[in-house]
Amino acid sequence: MSHLLEVKNLDVKFDTDEGRITAVENISLSVDQGEVLGIVGESGSGKSVTAKSIMKLNPGNTSYNEDAEIILDNENVLQFTSKQDLKKIRGGKVSMIFQEPMASFAPAIKIGAQMVEQLLIHKNINKEEAKSISINMLKRVGIADAEKRFNQYAFELSGGMRQRAMIAMALSTMPKLLLADEPTTALDVTIQAQVINLIKDIIREYQMGVIFITHDLGVIAQVADHVAVMYLGSVVEKGPVNEILKNPKHPYTKGLLQALPDINNLDAPLSPIPGNIPSPLDRPTGCVFRTRCPHHNPEGKDGKIEMKLIEVEPGHWVDQCGIKCGQNG
Amino acid sequence: MGDNLISVNNVSVNFDYQENFISKKQKIHAVNNINIKIKKGSFFGLVGESGSGKTTLGRAILGANKISSGNVIFHDDERDYDLTDMNKQDLKEYRKKAQLIFQDPYAALSPRMTVRDIIAEPLEVMKITNSRQETDERVRDIASKCRLNIEHLRRFPHAFSGGQRQRISIARALVSNPKFIVADESVAALDVSIQADILNLLKQLQTELNLTYLFISHDLSVVAHVCDVVAVMYLGHIVEMGPSRELFKNPKHSYTKALLSSIPSIDPEKRSEAIELKGEIPSALNPPPGCVFKTRCPNPGVDCKGGEIKMSLIEVEPGHWVDQCCAL
Repeated sequence: MSHLLEVKNLDVKFDTDEGRITAVENISLSVDQGEVLGIVGESGSGKSVTAKSIMKLNPGNTSYNEDAEIILDNENVLQFTSKQDLKKIRGGKVSMIFQEPMASFAPAIKIGAQMVEQLLIHKNINKEEAKSISINMLKRVGIADAEKRFNQYAFELSGGMRQRAMIAMALSTMPKLLLADEPTTALDVTIQAQVINLIKDIIREYQMGVIFITHDLGVIAQVADHVAVMYLGSVVEKGPVNEILKNPKHPYTKGLLQALPDINNLDAPLSPIPGNIPSPLDRPTGCVFRTRCPHHNPEGKDGKIEMKLIEVEPGHWVDQCGIKCGQNG
Repeated sequence: MGDNLISVNNVSVNFDYQENFISKKQKIHAVNNINIKIKKGSFFGLVGESGSGKTTLGRAILGANKISSGNVIFHDDERDYDLTDMNKQDLKEYRKKAQLIFQDPYAALSPRMTVRDIIAEPLEVMKITNSRQETDERVRDIASKCRLNIEHLRRFPHAFSGGQRQRISIARALVSNPKFIVADESVAALDVSIQADILNLLKQLQTELNLTYLFISHDLSVVAHVCDVVAVMYLGHIVEMGPSRELFKNPKHSYTKALLSSIPSIDPEKRSEAIELKGEIPSALNPPPGCVFKTRCPNPGVDCKGGEIKMSLIEVEPGHWVDQCCAL
């Protein structure tokens, strides 16, 4: 069976005044229907750039490599150039929810009007139908008084409610793929728990594929089926969520887990990953993590080992340099 | 009062609120009747969701918010400062001793000043040092304590990453040699590996410089790791307070329990054990009468639903205080 989404050998580069920046290098991912792929990594690791490439939403100075493919529903998105084609994916087949819902809604247009507008663009329906679909969707995501909220502005809603409205809006066009970019980061834990449960329910109900981007490994453990760990534009480890979190192989994944305060183990020291993430302008050659790797092997340290994912267990892929380092500690 | 640094006695903070110029003036009850004692050398944690009043309380203790009733006493070695009864001279003295570290290291540092000037500014404003040479010495001293590279002092903030910027903010807060630091969500904007680094730095500086912290955070696992004593706030009230290990191992209040269960577990096999709280935190304009948590409480009693139980902390174990509505 072919995947709902398949990203193959994707490089994303930005042309800036300071030179050409490699934001994402040689990424391959796939998402099936009804499956949640979690992408974790620190800021600057290229998580959002990867997601935005799927909708071709990256800015004008972006260049993709020739042999990259982003196959969504048997069509290569990267070949789309006409507005007509792009419209099909942006908001049609693919929807996106963002971290900060206040910044994503237009502040001076009522929420209902924004929901109706996008439905009219993507679906062949009239205003009345669009309104009733929108109100039903607002009810579905657990907004009380949906009719009232429909006629309100984004600033009149609380943070949690705004995020629910955002989800309702993203889902009302019935996309096949949902891109969720840090959707719970700005929320309080109790509201985060509500939103996570809502997203899980909806995935089950509509059987859509989801890419869930977050820096929080706890959230990943709660929602994802598969995980890809990104560092400086490269995937360093990927596999089933259980494997990655319980049996991590790459020193970066291990480092992330050790830096996380665990409420069930208060005696464990918090060990930060030494050093800072390098600037994408001087991206290390060879293994990207070698400048901060605590267990480096001599060849990897000199940058002599190329980045390449190797399957260590069925479905569990680890960068080859990381496997060597992982054995050291 | 020998070993307390800060005593907060029955403090309430209200704000006036008027929706528009013809509507009636209302009061926002941001912080209600808070009593806490912060011991010298302790790492006191304050947790709660947004809108629970933790920042307002922190600012009130620093004298940055007006206290509507009650008082805050700062017990210095030679004398006590009463925050509600302070003249300008006292306030200046107090500012040297109590400092604030902010949440967002991107917004907190002026982009047009060099790192050296940013760190030196408190010394100059408070007229602590007498010569430029002395200032430079102190700046260099605190910068190296905060693990900043001395050569970086001539650069501007834009050249630094989030973690380095946060270290600059910490150096700036510590340069006047304060005894008490309010760290308001100081690691919330950072990546986990940098967060661990900053937390370790704060701990290390605490022993090195004899600091007392009020650590405000919404992240319970962070608080559990660094704090000795924790107070949980909800809608302007402290609902539970105690030594952090005891409190996290043996939470009594339903809100604390719900908060703890809402932390996403790192174990993929432990999914959805969260006690899901319905709805959201009510408005502080008209807080519910009686127990403020009753509108969201997963297991309210009959009395507390009717709002007949007043908010009041009861000591259930030595040092472990719980609001009586849930303690009974």
